[in-house]
Amino acid sequence: MISIENISKWYGDFQVLTDCTTHVGKGEVVVVCGPSGSGKSTLIKCVNGLEPVQQGRILVEDADVTAKGTNLTRLRSRIGMVFQHFELYPHMSVRENLCLGQQKVLVRSRDEANAKAEALISRVGLLPHIEKFPGQLSGGQQQRVAISRALAMDPIAMLFDEPTSALDPEMINEVLDVMVELAQDGMTMMVVTHEMGFARKVADRVVFMDAGRVVEDRATEEFFGNPESERAQDFLSKILNH
Amino acid sequence: MNYNWNWGVLFEGEYLGWLISGVGWTFAVALAAWVLALAVGVLVGVGRTLPSKPVATLCTAYVELFRNVPLLVQLFLWYFVMPEIVPDDLGRWMKRDMPNPEYVTAVIGLGLYTASRVAEQVRAGINAVGPGLTSAAYANGFSTAQTYRYVLLPISFRLIVPPMTSEFLTIFKNSSLALTIGLLELTAQSQQIAEYTFQGFEAFTAATVIYVVIALGATVIAQTLEKYTRIPGYVGKD
Amino acid sequence: MGDFDLSVIWNNLPFLWQGLQLSLWLTLLAVIGGIILGTGLALMRLSGIMPLALAAAGYVNLIRSVPLILVIFWFYFLVPLALGRPIGGFYSALIAFVMFEAAYYSEIIRAGIQSVRKGQVHAGQATGLSYWQIQRYVVLPQAFRNMIPILVTQGIILFQDTSLVFVVSLRDFMTASSIVARTEGRLAEMYIFAALVYFTICFAGSLFVRRLQKAKTA
Ligand SMILES: Nc1ncnc2c1ncn2[C@@H]1O[C@H](COP(=O)(O)OP(=O)(O)OP(=O)(O)O)[C@@H](O)[C@H]1O
Ligand SMILES: [Mg+2]
Repeated sequence: MISIENISKWYGDFQVLTDCTTHVGKGEVVVVCGPSGSGKSTLIKCVNGLEPVQQGRILVEDADVTAKGTNLTRLRSRIGMVFQHFELYPHMSVRENLCLGQQKVLVRSRDEANAKAEALISRVGLLPHIEKFPGQLSGGQQQRVAISRALAMDPIAMLFDEPTSALDPEMINEVLDVMVELAQDGMTMMVVTHEMGFARKVADRVVFMDAGRVVEDRATEEFFGNPESERAQDFLSKILNH
Repeated sequence: MNYNWNWGVLFEGEYLGWLISGVGWTFAVALAAWVLALAVGVLVGVGRTLPSKPVATLCTAYVELFRNVPLLVQLFLWYFVMPEIVPDDLGRWMKRDMPNPEYVTAVIGLGLYTASRVAEQVRAGINAVGPGLTSAAYANGFSTAQTYRYVLLPISFRLIVPPMTSEFLTIFKNSSLALTIGLLELTAQSQQIAEYTFQGFEAFTAATVIYVVIALGATVIAQTLEKYTRIPGYVGKD
Repeated sequence: MGDFDLSVIWNNLPFLWQGLQLSLWLTLLAVIGGIILGTGLALMRLSGIMPLALAAAGYVNLIRSVPLILVIFWFYFLVPLALGRPIGGFYSALIAFVMFEAAYYSEIIRAGIQSVRKGQVHAGQATGLSYWQIQRYVVLPQAFRNMIPILVTQGIILFQDTSLVFVVSLRDFMTASSIVARTEGRLAEMYIFAALVYFTICFAGSLFVRRLQKAKTA
């Protein structure tokens, strides 16, 4: 469903991504990990065209994200994205956050949008908070709202950029539980995360990045069983012995 | 649109002379007022951050007073009202014998007004250095004066170079208010040429171009200044 | 100093009040016009469309280099010429103030837009909102919320600036005070009174701004 083919990207003179290739099949969950600054966020933002690439190609279903004429806006409306810092709209209530895209992009009626919002918000257990503003919620609650906001658009795939790394430890699991459930429902997911427990449980494959390159792209058990590269071994031993 | 263009009018001896004299007065007012504004503004700005309550209050009062009355009203107070309310002898001297009263009044009025704006920048600069460094300086055993002299002022003066540039430009623009008390600076001269020749377009264009050139010049100077005073890797709090 | 005659103020109160009303109307309309035009200029500068961005930047920098009095002279001269007929001092002044203040407002608004975190734009893009929808529903509401205190402060400055219509003898509060001062020969009383009135209004305004700022950080 998502196929990233030999992409390279520069910020001025600085090359952030070098010849990266990977793919996410329908219903697959792929976890991307790697040291800080290795280009994970950049890679995932290229998938829905938030960041342009200079070389290579990215296909989502059959649309070419990197081609000139592509209607990016339309493509983005079909891919959900969840950010490290939630990025809920602070001036809108939870309900409004979930309805904005539905009404303005999918042109759903207000009732339809509301019904969808309420259904999704109760699934993550936050219905009592639906009229609150993001600033009145805990980090874990905000991230669950952000996931619901993305799901409200009925996405064909979901992108996550370190969804739990801005959270206090006790809130990480409430967010991961939602993500696990989503994976088990068959959602196509590409997840940048350092939560190796999550990766083991639901990931089909793990992509390991270092210095802008895809160093490993393997089935989950293989990756954890015997990572090939020294860098990946190093990385795993550091975060697993934590 | 019915309009007879005549750019030549700007280069006729008489009118060209008016423009040049206007530019001269604009510089004379702006630069002298700037010196006054810097001197008073730095004192008042530092005063507002001092631990001494009465000093800080006094300086705050200065800023509030000068900032909340339009500059035009302030100029009229200095020019028309001041001679009336000072002791008679002084008032008589101000009205009759003071040399160049429009110029002196414009410099004092514009200078003291701009001082309140400079004071705000100085205070903001000092506050931006932050309590951490101040505590560090006191912990080093510095006195209040030493803390200001060696830590707060050197850092904050560099931080406020950009906003001070904009104040410097503002003083040139505000010097045009001197025309309300009869000083024939640049804007006044262009207006006068427009009235005498009916070539408003040419006259105002000339003044506009000169102001733009002054602004560009000041910007270039400021950028050079900024480059030489920048502290590597330090952009202020946050 | 002893012969301060306050009755001169009392006797001319209706005339002065008319002048003050004109000042306040001019301020209000110029603030609204300036914010609308300033928002347009800011969006043009940030649009990434080169000709638009350059035109807006050129306009803003030009206006910011020249004194307001010169701008007032310009528009008093240009507006009747362009329209082919006089339209009255108030409208010429209003146009001059809107054109002038828009340059300052656009800088404030541009900074406000840039202060909205980039992630918010990404979030909007990721939902498939268009550029204008993101500005309209996500960025501008947050930017304006952050900017309200500065916008009000600029409004206070604008109110002070309106006194400059004195140079074209439009009867605002300043001109009215000065007319009374001259005809009654009471310069000291009238100008001190004018200063007090301006001070009271502007100081009250700045206290209000401080309240807004406190409410925001609280
Ligand atoms: N806008 C930008 N301009 C220049 N360089 C950038 C920009 N954004 C990111 N970079 C650089 O690109 C590299 C990759 O950044 P990226 O955010 O993708 O890393 P990451 O793997 O997500 O790291 P982290 O785990 O810290 O989030 C970093 O070295 C970063 O400094
Ligand atoms: Mg990242």
